[in-house]
Amino acid sequence: MRIGTLKESYTADAALFDSRTQKIWLAIASMLLMLFPFVASDYWLYLACLVAIHVASTTGLNILTGYTGLVSLGQAAFMGLGAYTVAILQTRWGTPFALNLLAGGLVAMVGGIIVGIPSLRVKGLYLAIATIAASFIAHFLFANLKITGGTAGISLPPARMLGIDLDTSFRLYWLIVPVTVLMLLAAANLFRTRIGRAFIAIRDRDISAEVLGIPLLRYKLLSFGLSSFYAGVAGGLWAYFFRVVTPESFPLTMSIFFLAAIIVGGMGSILGGILGAVFMTMVPELLKLIVDLLPGGAELTVFLSPVRLIIFGGLIIAFLVFEPLGLAEMWRRVRRFFHLWPFRN
Amino acid sequence: MMDWAYLFEISLTGLASGGLYALAALAFVMVYKATRVVNIAIGEMLMAGGYLFFTFAAMWALPLWLAIPAAVLACGLLGAVIERTMIRPLLGEPPISVFMVTVGLSSVLIGLVEMIWTADQRRLPEFMPNQPIMVGDAFLAPKVFWGAVIAAVFIACVLLVFRFWRGGVALRATASDQAAAYSVGINVPRVFSLAWVVSAMLAAISGIIVGSIGGISSSMGVFGLSVLVVVIVGGLDSVLGALVGGLIIGLVEALAGVYLGGEYKLLATFVVLVIILMIRPYGLFGTHEIERL
Repeated sequence: MRIGTLKESYTADAALFDSRTQKIWLAIASMLLMLFPFVASDYWLYLACLVAIHVASTTGLNILTGYTGLVSLGQAAFMGLGAYTVAILQTRWGTPFALNLLAGGLVAMVGGIIVGIPSLRVKGLYLAIATIAASFIAHFLFANLKITGGTAGISLPPARMLGIDLDTSFRLYWLIVPVTVLMLLAAANLFRTRIGRAFIAIRDRDISAEVLGIPLLRYKLLSFGLSSFYAGVAGGLWAYFFRVVTPESFPLTMSIFFLAAIIVGGMGSILGGILGAVFMTMVPELLKLIVDLLPGGAELTVFLSPVRLIIFGGLIIAFLVFEPLGLAEMWRRVRRFFHLWPFRN
Repeated sequence: MMDWAYLFEISLTGLASGGLYALAALAFVMVYKATRVVNIAIGEMLMAGGYLFFTFAAMWALPLWLAIPAAVLACGLLGAVIERTMIRPLLGEPPISVFMVTVGLSSVLIGLVEMIWTADQRRLPEFMPNQPIMVGDAFLAPKVFWGAVIAAVFIACVLLVFRFWRGGVALRATASDQAAAYSVGINVPRVFSLAWVVSAMLAAISGIIVGSIGGISSSMGVFGLSVLVVVIVGGLDSVLGALVGGLIIGLVEALAGVYLGGEYKLLATFVVLVIILMIRPYGLFGTHEIERL
């Protein structure tokens, strides 16, 4: 039973993972992540890769929306920027994938900073809708520029690592999951630094933050940039995963998906971003499984896509009405229960 | 050489469809003013109105004079249900939560429509006169013209009603200061319901008009995106802004559609949106909120 946390030094207080239990669970989790590809079927590996990509992008949006309080509906557009950058670099010059991913992230970052420029003057919902505008403009560019291959999009060859083509879910897993884990660690670390704390101050009350000496424009743009960097890298991974990028790959509904994921998971919590992305990705899949199991499943598949839409929307509404702090809060409650057991909370 | 007559004709069509935007934008502004909720599902509520009318008029074969009010009332009921179950529990929560609820709502509405009526495009029964309308030498599609006329009539009605009716006064009082409205005995939650019901009814009317011009389908909610641009351009909480914004966006869309090509329509409106946000962050007529610590 672990009731409180005792810290005896500043280093212990500032540690990324502050308790032993946490470290043990983390070690177990990383072991499981490493074992997973050897036991799972192709279908589950495919899902794992998809989930990891979504987790990366969701975490990026969480930095922007959950921690800095700037609502954006343009995350998918930034993913698109990253994906197109990677696709173009890979097909034109065949540069190594690590470089491409980095470039994808940086290009998306620049895009994010440009979109973020109005964020000093425009706030809240005006900003959210301005980012919708950005995503439409991006979509238009993808569909009409020469370099992006128009509506047909770009197909790209698989990423190559040490002379091996990463063309199966099993192989891609070793690219996508480590990159995502790395980005998660970076994000968790970010909020122990001056920058991360500035973000949180801005979210809580931006004018107060400015009075405290935090340059608003610089930090808001930085937040936009970081979040889009995450989206760009996730988009790059997406491009290598699906190996074809079209203007329709990154619709507005995808941005809504990420926003929904951080709401369902829990805004302003790294764990929340992970839980939310996993949950939102898996629910439709589980739904498909259930429909397949039901008798007369073939006729029911007609209803699958509307039912998905209803469940998607219903989940967002239900979480906001009944559990505004999301899955992360549920998890915290469960943990508290075990910490305090056998006493009542 | 510019063809001025053609330009005039297109502008006229644009302004007429702008009237429809203005009506839908009015539905939006009504909810925003009273309850501070950005209803991103406005396009889907419009769609619901269109489909309800379709059900009453085409499937149940009710006469038009019965089907239209029935659809509008049913949509009003929908508005009341939405307000009661999703909006009121979130009173006092940050605006972004409520915004996301309406995002969820739009998804649910699309899903319901696809489940009940399938995703296919449907045609609404004809009810508007189809004599071509000539303004000078310019030709105007009859449906667009009559749609704009109906929209204008309803906008005028709503404005008059809310200026002189007690409920309208209560709504304006609530919009300007909720706490003060409470303390002079206005039933604020009821005003909230009222705003949602009226907004849903207006959305239903514009849904019926839009549907009878272009047919109804489960992707009709895209219309809502243009409405969103309209209200942002005009200012979220300004009725005048909704009207002017509607006309501007209608005009821009029509001109961009003809002179640049259909795929430029949304792009042009969003470019206008970005430019206006850069110059006037609260829209053309929106209230500039003063922030204090």
